[in-house]
Parts: sequence; C-alpha cells; structure tokens
Amino acid sequence: MRRYKELVIEKFLLFSALITILTTVGIILVLAIEAFKFFSEVSIFDFFTDTEWTPLFTIKHYGILPLLSGTFLTSFIAIAVALPLGLTIAVFLSEYAPKKFRNFIKPSLELLAAVPTVVYGFFALTIVTPFLQQIIPGMSGFNSLSAGIVMGIMIIPIISSLSEDALNAVPYSLREASYGMGSTRLQTAFKVAVPAASSGIVVSIILAISRAIGETMIVAIAAGQQPRLTANPFVPIETLTAYIVQVSLGDVQHDSIEYRTIFAAGITLFVFTFILNNISHWVKNKYREEYE
Amino acid sequence: MKNDLIILPSAQPSFFKSMGSDIINTKTSSNEPVIESEVITNNQEITSVKKSEKKEYQILVKNVNVFYSEFQALKDINMEVSPKSITAFIGPSGCGKSTFLRTLNRMNDYIDSFKIKGDIFINGKNIYNEKIILEQLRKDVGMVFQKPNPFPKSILENAIYGLRIQGIKDKSFLAERAEDSLKQVGLWDEVKDNLKKSALALSGGQQQRLCIARTLAVEPEIILMDEPTSALDPISTGRIEELIFELKKNYTIVIVTHNMQQASRISDNTAFFYLGELVEQGKTNDIFTNPKYKRTENYITGRFG
Repeated sequence: MRRYKELVIEKFLLFSALITILTTVGIILVLAIEAFKFFSEVSIFDFFTDTEWTPLFTIKHYGILPLLSGTFLTSFIAIAVALPLGLTIAVFLSEYAPKKFRNFIKPSLELLAAVPTVVYGFFALTIVTPFLQQIIPGMSGFNSLSAGIVMGIMIIPIISSLSEDALNAVPYSLREASYGMGSTRLQTAFKVAVPAASSGIVVSIILAISRAIGETMIVAIAAGQQPRLTANPFVPIETLTAYIVQVSLGDVQHDSIEYRTIFAAGITLFVFTFILNNISHWVKNKYREEYE
Repeated sequence: MKNDLIILPSAQPSFFKSMGSDIINTKTSSNEPVIESEVITNNQEITSVKKSEKKEYQILVKNVNVFYSEFQALKDINMEVSPKSITAFIGPSGCGKSTFLRTLNRMNDYIDSFKIKGDIFINGKNIYNEKIILEQLRKDVGMVFQKPNPFPKSILENAIYGLRIQGIKDKSFLAERAEDSLKQVGLWDEVKDNLKKSALALSGGQQQRLCIARTLAVEPEIILMDEPTSALDPISTGRIEELIFELKKNYTIVIVTHNMQQASRISDNTAFFYLGELVEQGKTNDIFTNPKYKRTENYITGRFG
C-alpha cells in the first residue's frame, strides 16, 4: 500500500515538472510556427535590414531595426541609471552599513520591484516627463529618456539586491586579511570584495538587462508608439514589447500578416532574453569562486 | 589572579630601534611612550614605569580589560613582549587568547559590541590613542590567520597586495619584493613558474605560506599569528614552524596555538590564558617544566582543555 502511495506521489511530481517544460516548449513552438509563416511572406534579409517598421500602414515595411533600437535605447538608459546606483547601494549595504540598517533597508529596496509596472509607466508619463520637459525644452511627451530612467529605478533592486548577496557571500576572512595589511575600508571593498564577488555582480547586471529588454508597461505608456530608428532619447519611439501590446489590443485580423508580425517581434525578443539568461548561467558556473 | 611573573628580557639585545618604524620614529616620541592616553587608565603605576625599561619592549600591555557588551572577555592583562622574540599564547578555547591577539592590531574594532579599557603600547606608542592611524598600525603589526585566506587572485597579486594598496606601481620593485617574500617563506621555487596562477589552486600549506609571504611583503615589525597551523597537516605544520623560527631573526612574533608541543618547540615565552585571565607567563622552558600554578600544569599536561 505504502509503495503504491509513493509511486503516485512520484508520478505526480514528475507530472508537475513536465507541465512547466511542456508549457515552455509549447510557447516556443507557437512562436516558431507563426514566425515561420511570417518569414515565408517576408524575407529574413529585409526583416533585419529594412529601416522602417510599418506593417499597419498601407505601404508596408517589415524592418525590425526601429523596434530593436527602441528596445536597446530604453534598456541602455535604464542600465545607465541602475548600474551606478545599484552597485553603490550594494557596496554600501554590504561593506559600510551597520547590520541593523542593512536588514531594514534591503527589504525596503526590494519593494521597488513589487510596484506594479503600470504604476511606474504612469509615474514616468505624468511626473518624470513634465519635469524633464522643464529642463529640456522641446522634448516630446512620449520619449525614451523618461521611460528609461523610470525603468532604471525599477531594476535597481535587481542589481543592488543580487550584488549585495554576492558581496555578502565573500568570506569575512578575506576582508580581515585585507584590513590586516593596512587597507582602508574603501580599498577592501573595491580591491577585495568586489573582485571576489564579480561573477555574481555580472550575473545581476545581465539579469537586469534582460528584465529591461522584456519590460512592457512602462515603455508602452511613456515611450510612445512610433517605430523610429534613432538614438535620440527625446523623441517618441516604440519597443518590441510596446509593439506587441499595440497589436494585441488593436483590431488586427487573426491569421493575417499584420497579426503574425507580433510573433516575429516576439521571437526576436525571446532570442535576446534567452541568450542573456544563458550568458548569466554560463558566467555563474564558469567564474564562481569556490570558498569553503 | 595577579600576573606576578613578568618576562623581563633585560639580557636580550634591543634591536627594535634599528627597524625604522613609522609608529615610533616620529621625532618627538621616539623614546617617550605616549602616557596621556584617551583610553581609560585604571592604574597609576603606568606613569612610574621608567623610560629605560620601556625601551626593551616592543609591546607593552597595561591593565587591559576587554568587554563584548556586558561580557568581560579579558581581565586585567599585563604583558611585555621584547623585540625579535616568539611569544606563544596558550589556553582552552574561549579563554580570550585570540581576542587579546586581535587587540594588538585593533582587529576587534569592527565588532560593534567591543570595548577596551587599559593601554597597549607598541614601540612606546599607545595604539588605542585616537591619533593612531589604523592603516599604519596594521602595516607595522601584520597578521596571519587561522585558515589560509589568500585572495581569489593570482599568486603574484596576493604577494604584492599590501604594496599595491600603498599605491606602489613600480613593476620591477613589486616583482622584486614578491620574489623576496616568497623566498623567505620557501615558496619561491614551488611557484616561480606559476605566478599568474590562482592562489586558490595551491595546497593548504602553500596557501598559508603565501599568506605569510603576503604579510612579510609589507615589512611589518611584529607578526601576529592566530593558530596558523590548525588547518594544516603535520608536514605543512612542520614547515610553517621552521619558518616561524626563521622569521624570529627579523620579526617579533606573537602566536596563538592550541598545540602544546608547538608552543614548547618554537616559543621563547609562553602566556597561559584561562577564562579571560592571564594566569601565568614566563619563559617557555619554565612554564613547561615548572609551572607555578596548578591550572597551568593541568592544562599543559593535558588534564583539561
């Protein structure tokens, strides 16, 4: 009887594991099939070289570059905001802050990640953009700068929290060795602790980039819906994710070429986040220092 | 328990003036210890210690009490350590010997609840004086830890870390100093072809010798060792002991050990700690052959501890 029970539980656990794998496989399959249909109508060469993305207009262009540039521009701004802030916070919390303060501040920071992204988007559109417009006259109401900055704030806890964990995992004995030779706290932090935690810090940055590339609501609300191949952060653009939202919400007919464009955009997005996640895994395994 | 036995090495030559330390060689205070300390002194005798006597000591500890919050970890410790000697601290776990060792280069400062009363003079300077520069103190008083703790960097980078943080960039000088210190610990021939290799790839014994080399590269006067061989096998331990004995020529060494044989083999003086008190100190030979106190005898003969 007991053996029978064990068997049922084992099978149930296996089944649960299979469901997640099957879901992932299913998503990839759907993406791949629809994208394949799309690429049977649009040449893959045009897709990567055409500089216009106008599938919903009468003169149709299917160049993914404007969407990619929008995605990279907002992500770049976000990382430019989050990396220095997040790392500074991580080093401060692990090397300088008293334990009590750290135990209070770290969870509070992580709350930033719990704010719904639609709230962030709204915040970018109604507060950050008007503020920036006072400093930068002529900036349009939808722009990648404001969306990027707010997205940067959103991903600060990814960098600060994971980097702080990595720094915390560096044994105290290494810091003692450093102090014992006459290092200051700053030298100990940046010459011993940060290098020793570098793999964890790199992983946190990659995950943050991945999160920024996949982020949808903030850019859909605050960055605009105008695919544009530009590096100008003051004009409206459109990201891959924002385009998918736009088409999903619109009245595009199913099984049309317009409809399939979102799968082409989706698989592009997927490829990028997939690659980034794999790099982070690789870094984690390859460069992790083993301490006793 | 009073510390009635005091190591008075008047017979030992005083080398330490020749060592050129920044701690002492400021012109105003080279011979005169800083008596007026900000640290609470509960003993008036201090002022009556003769200057001539002080010169003999590299480390002079006066009425040191250490507290962790309410817990008193060290009770009224007095000690003198003369230059170029090896002093061993023995005693059961938790007796305060490591705590005391760490007060000598202020490594306990990072513990929030740590409090100290009393005075510790190193080369005549009170190290718990507010004016002391911690970084300079630790360059003069190096430390080797219980477990080998090389940085996850190359062997070379480990050896020259202490110099790098002083801002020294001259490559040939760094390489020279790395070679010197690695030769001193007998590691040079083993690693000279692999200086770029990670220090973590070395064996435990090699790592510990690298850690000693790293400390030597900074050219300290005093080296504190906190059970440096407790994580090593007997052969590595033997090598490190030989090395410590060698180092005595140029350095003052204070070593904490759980190994009675080790203490008796290498040290000139031994101090026995028990429950935060310094029960007995004196020449190692005397302590091991003719201890004054029953507790010391019981401990060194292995009846407890």
